[in-house]
Amino acid sequence: MSSLLEVRNLVTEFAAKPDRPGLRAVNDVSFSLERGKVLGLVGESGSGKSVTGFSIMGLVDRPGKVTGGQILFDGVDLVGLDPDAMRRLRGRRIAMVFQDPMMTLNPVLSIRTQMVEAIHAHEDVSERTAHERARDALGQVGIPSPEERLASYPHEFSGGMRQRVAIAIALLHKPDLIIADEPTTALDVTIQSQIIAEFQTLAEVSNTAVIWITHDLAIVSRLADELAVMYAGRLVETGGVSEVLNTPRHPYTRGLIASVPSQNRRGERLRQIPGVSPNMADLPQGCSFRPRCDRALPGCLSVPPQVPEAGRSYRCINPVMEAQA
Amino acid sequence: MVTSLIRRTFQALIVLFAMTAIVFVGVNVIGNPVDILINPDANAAEKARVIAHFGLDKPLWEQYLRFLGGIVQGDFGTSFVYNKPALGLILERMPATLELAFTALFIALAVGLPLGLYAGLYPNRVSSKVIMSGSILGFSLPTFWVGLMLVLVFSVELGWLPSNGRGDTVELFGVRWSFLTGDGLRHLLLPAFNLALFKTSLVLRLTRAGVQEVLPQEYVKFARAKGLTERRVIFVHVLKNLMIPVITIVGLEFGSLIAFSVVTESIFAWPGMGKLIIDSINLLDRPVIVAYLMMMVVLFVVLNFVIEICYTLLDPRVRLNARD
Amino acid sequence: MTDLPVPSEDLPVHAEAPPARFRKRLRQFAESPGAVVGLIALAVIVLVAVLAPLISPQNPYDLMQLDIMDSRLPPGSQSFDGLPYLLGTDSQGRDILSGIFYGLRTSLMVGVVSAIAAAIIGTAAGLLAAYLGGRTETLLMRLVDLQLSFPTILMALMMLAVLGKGVINVVIALIIAEWATYARTVRATALVEREKEYIEAARCLRLPGWRILFRHLLPNCLASVIVIGTMQVARAIGLEATLSFLGLGASVTEPSLGMLISNGYQYLLSGLYWISFFPGIALLITIVAINLVGDRLRDILNPRNS
Ligand SMILES: Nc1ncnc2c1ncn2[C@@H]1O[C@H](COP(=O)(O)OP(=O)(O)O)[C@@H](O)[C@H]1O
Ligand SMILES: [Mg+2]
Repeated sequence: MSSLLEVRNLVTEFAAKPDRPGLRAVNDVSFSLERGKVLGLVGESGSGKSVTGFSIMGLVDRPGKVTGGQILFDGVDLVGLDPDAMRRLRGRRIAMVFQDPMMTLNPVLSIRTQMVEAIHAHEDVSERTAHERARDALGQVGIPSPEERLASYPHEFSGGMRQRVAIAIALLHKPDLIIADEPTTALDVTIQSQIIAEFQTLAEVSNTAVIWITHDLAIVSRLADELAVMYAGRLVETGGVSEVLNTPRHPYTRGLIASVPSQNRRGERLRQIPGVSPNMADLPQGCSFRPRCDRALPGCLSVPPQVPEAGRSYRCINPVMEAQA
Repeated sequence: MVTSLIRRTFQALIVLFAMTAIVFVGVNVIGNPVDILINPDANAAEKARVIAHFGLDKPLWEQYLRFLGGIVQGDFGTSFVYNKPALGLILERMPATLELAFTALFIALAVGLPLGLYAGLYPNRVSSKVIMSGSILGFSLPTFWVGLMLVLVFSVELGWLPSNGRGDTVELFGVRWSFLTGDGLRHLLLPAFNLALFKTSLVLRLTRAGVQEVLPQEYVKFARAKGLTERRVIFVHVLKNLMIPVITIVGLEFGSLIAFSVVTESIFAWPGMGKLIIDSINLLDRPVIVAYLMMMVVLFVVLNFVIEICYTLLDPRVRLNARD
Repeated sequence: MTDLPVPSEDLPVHAEAPPARFRKRLRQFAESPGAVVGLIALAVIVLVAVLAPLISPQNPYDLMQLDIMDSRLPPGSQSFDGLPYLLGTDSQGRDILSGIFYGLRTSLMVGVVSAIAAAIIGTAAGLLAAYLGGRTETLLMRLVDLQLSFPTILMALMMLAVLGKGVINVVIALIIAEWATYARTVRATALVEREKEYIEAARCLRLPGWRILFRHLLPNCLASVIVIGTMQVARAIGLEATLSFLGLGASVTEPSLGMLISNGYQYLLSGLYWISFFPGIALLITIVAINLVGDRLRDILNPRNS
């Protein structure tokens, strides 16, 4: 059986504008995802995670554009798919939840309008049916008295509640794939874990595959089956969660893990990766991580190839092979 | 909501009151009513009689109270020229002006909104740049000169449209209207278009600016992510947000539309309040001037009030704040 | 005062030396072709207005020079004694081109005088409101709000209704109708400045009030005053033309462009377009030129861009 989603050598570029230079936000990215599985896409802010998600949705902002590669969704290449066919996939088979719940709902439309229109976008059902489905969806994501809440406007909800509404909208059509772009980053920690738990259950029940974008390794370790680590537009390492977390091959992945505060290293100093994240418009030659890397070799001046290893891969010519301390 | 309504009403009344004082001071203190009221050739006895008749020998505060009392009863005095109550004259002419102003507003919205939307959605197209340059011209061209050119081109040279008067009218609800007859409509077209020009540019620019502000918002992207058609995204999600500033400003500008109809009415001999006030200023028909000014003040205050309410209906965020 | 030796010049008002900054601004200005064209057009217009008596083919208001035989001639005609009337003549045989040259004088004069006077009054009011605060501020700003909620033309009509017709009264009406715009902007700018540290410092040094006002608050408001002022000249010229067209403005002996247009109106209906048309074009070019310059000034003097 082929994968639900297979991204091959995806390149997404932002053309230069008078006031800013052009840049390659997603650079030669390849990964695949099975039905019902959760892929954690991690990397520091600005590394191209969101743009990867929007590329799959066909929603990259102008002047950005997918300029290379393929996005095979259930065997169909989404790159260059005609706009109406793409629209019919969006929200129905591929849904997305955004980072900031305060910004994702239209302030002047009621929750009901925003949910019912999402149903009507793909299904020709009666107003009544749509209303009932919207109400039930709200109930499912744990919003109390959903019937009354339908009439409310976004500003009458807290951030956590708004994100629940967004998740309810994303789940309306039981999509095959949900792209969750840092959906809990803007929320309180307690609400974070509630939402993650609820999300997990709902995705499992409907056998929905998830791309969970985050910069928080702790969340990923709880949630994901697979892990993809992104740095400056490139995937530097992919593989099963436990493999990557236990035996990171790429020096960046290792640095990322070392900088997470976790119980087993209590008392030990957190180790920040030295240096600063690169300017996407002016990347270092070769491996973008080279200037910050303690394992850099002269060969790193050319872009390292993707090295496959049983069930995983990494882009590094001097991978970390020794056992972790 | 109710408390804020009461507060607004109260504020409106204060503004009204302040304006009566300003108009009174303007007309009776800065301008000398004796000069205006009395024929320069009149003899001393006649002068004294007129002064006594209008109470001009009384202290100012008493004159003001008298003035206020008159206003409250809708009594602004009698026009020297027409020898009719000034307020009646104004009210008689008001429908013509309102008809002109509403038609102009309609044109401004019907032309400005779609063009602004287009220019905002496709900012890089040549046609959008042409539209935007056109709107700059619309701002710079003096209204009265455009009116003359419209007359020159469409009435004199081409002979397509009439250039003066209201044409045939039909009575509806006791008021005569031009827009209900073919001939009246033809008469209405040029003046309404002339009056609309400036506001069209304004609506156009506001709409374009609004589109460019709303389009990059996350909620627009989210609406697309739901699989909505582009039509629904633009005409519901973008347009509804955009209407808030547009309605507010257009509402505020409606008053200036009525004020500017003074110019258009003079060019096209449109028998509205504007033409009346110019004639009255020229003939020093003071009661009519005062009645007009007070009507305008009332109109503006009412307008601001109505906009406030529209705003509340359009924007749920304001609605909530007003409730508590 | 003299026992405090700290000169206020030490307090940072301008980061750059004025000449260098001026040259930079000039360069910025030249980057926009529209603005340069506008500036050149404006220079020509001003020159023509100033030199009108010298360069006009005739003095249109010297009745001795008018020839009724030459009345209502179309553009390009020859006069009775062989002189060309480039833009035609009006009903009294007046050369339209000369009329425009002289009309520009009146229009520009009215625009500039009213804009400058309104700027001075408005700036003073805005500065005082910001500096004094309290009741004065509330009162002044309420007045400003009240006035700005009425359209300029209505304010002007109101004033003319009170003062009577005439060009001086138009200028007064324009000043009264426009000062509030300056006052609002200047107060807003000055309020921001007032909170800054150097003003605090100046207060602590107990520099006198006028010194803080004129040396610190005023220079910082000047940019916005210049920008508003430029635009306001164009608005005033347009408004004066409108009022004159309505018969409330300039006198027959000193007609502005609006008056010329108004004079030609009755002939327009019989197809003698040039009497109104050319003065209108002159008015249009003047307004557009000023607006082009003003637009650019706004872009480069905007504090956010520098
Ligand atoms: N609309 C845009 N225009 C230009 N550049 C963009 C735009 N959106 C994102 N980028 C650039 O693409 C890069 C990746 O951004 P993003 O995918 O949002 O990062 P993150 O990993 O934090 O989600 C960043 O360098 C960002 O500057
Ligand atoms: Mg992101």
